[in-house]
Amino acid sequence: MARGAVLREVTLTLPMLPDMEIAASKTATALAEFMEMSSDKIDEVRMAVVEACINSFEHSHAGDQKVQIEFAVLGDSKPEKLQITITDTGIGFSPDDVEEPIIEEKLKAASKRGWGLKIIKGLMDEVEIRSGATGTTVVMSKSR
Amino acid sequence: MTEMLKVNVDRRGGLAVIYTEGYINNQGGEEIARAAYDLISDDEKNLLLNLKGTKIVNSIGISILIEIIEKMLEIDGRLSFCCLTPTIEKTFHIMGLAQYAQIFPDEESAVSGLSA
Repeated sequence: MARGAVLREVTLTLPMLPDMEIAASKTATALAEFMEMSSDKIDEVRMAVVEACINSFEHSHAGDQKVQIEFAVLGDSKPEKLQITITDTGIGFSPDDVEEPIIEEKLKAASKRGWGLKIIKGLMDEVEIRSGATGTTVVMSKSR
Repeated sequence: MTEMLKVNVDRRGGLAVIYTEGYINNQGGEEIARAAYDLISDDEKNLLLNLKGTKIVNSIGISILIEIIEKMLEIDGRLSFCCLTPTIEKTFHIMGLAQYAQIFPDEESAVSGLSA
C-alpha cells in the first residue's frame, strides 16, 4: 500500500471488550475531520473500523485479548489519505479461504454472520490482509 | 460504554413502525428483534424500521435484521427501512439486503409506498 509522509499519527491499544470498537471509531472520526474528509466518507471509515475491530475481537483468539490500531494521516504536503492498521496476536486465518457471504444463502442459513470483510472492502478504497500463526494485520485506507 | 439502543413502536392499522435510537450492535439487534417478533405475534405483517436515530450499526446487529427479514418472508410479510444514513444504506446494498427489504428515503414516502 502506497505511503506518503506521515503528517499525523495516533496509536491505540484496546482491550477486546464489548463496545470498545466505538473508541476506535471516535479516533478515526477525529483524524478524518482533521483531514476535512466529507461526512459520508467519515461514516464509511467509522463503520470499517468498527467491523475490523469486531472481526479481531470475535475471531482472533488472541492470548493478550488486545488489539492495536495505528491511524496515520498520509500526504506529501497536505492530508491525502487516512491509513488504519489493525493488528492482533491471534491464531490468524487464511483470507483466501474465507467464503464471500451471499444474501440468498445467508437468509436460509442458521448463521447470518460473516459480513465483516465484505463490508470493509466495500467501504474502504484499499484493504490488505496479512495473517499467519502469530496474528493478523489489516491495513486499510481511504483517500480524502 | 455505549447506551442501550432505544426502541419505540407505533402501530397504525396495517403498518407498524419501529423507531430506533442508538447503536445497532448485537444487543441493539436483539432489542429490535424482540419488538418485531412481538408485532408478528400480534399478526402484524408489514413492518417499517425507521433508523433516523441510528448513526452506526455493525454487522452483528445487521445479521439479526437478516433473521427478521427471513421471518417476514416465511409469513409472507415484509420488513422495510427508512431514514438510513448514506453509509448504512450503502452497507445494505453491499450486503444485498436491498433485494429483500425496500429502502425509503423518509417515513412519508415509506408510508405512502407501503400503503399503495
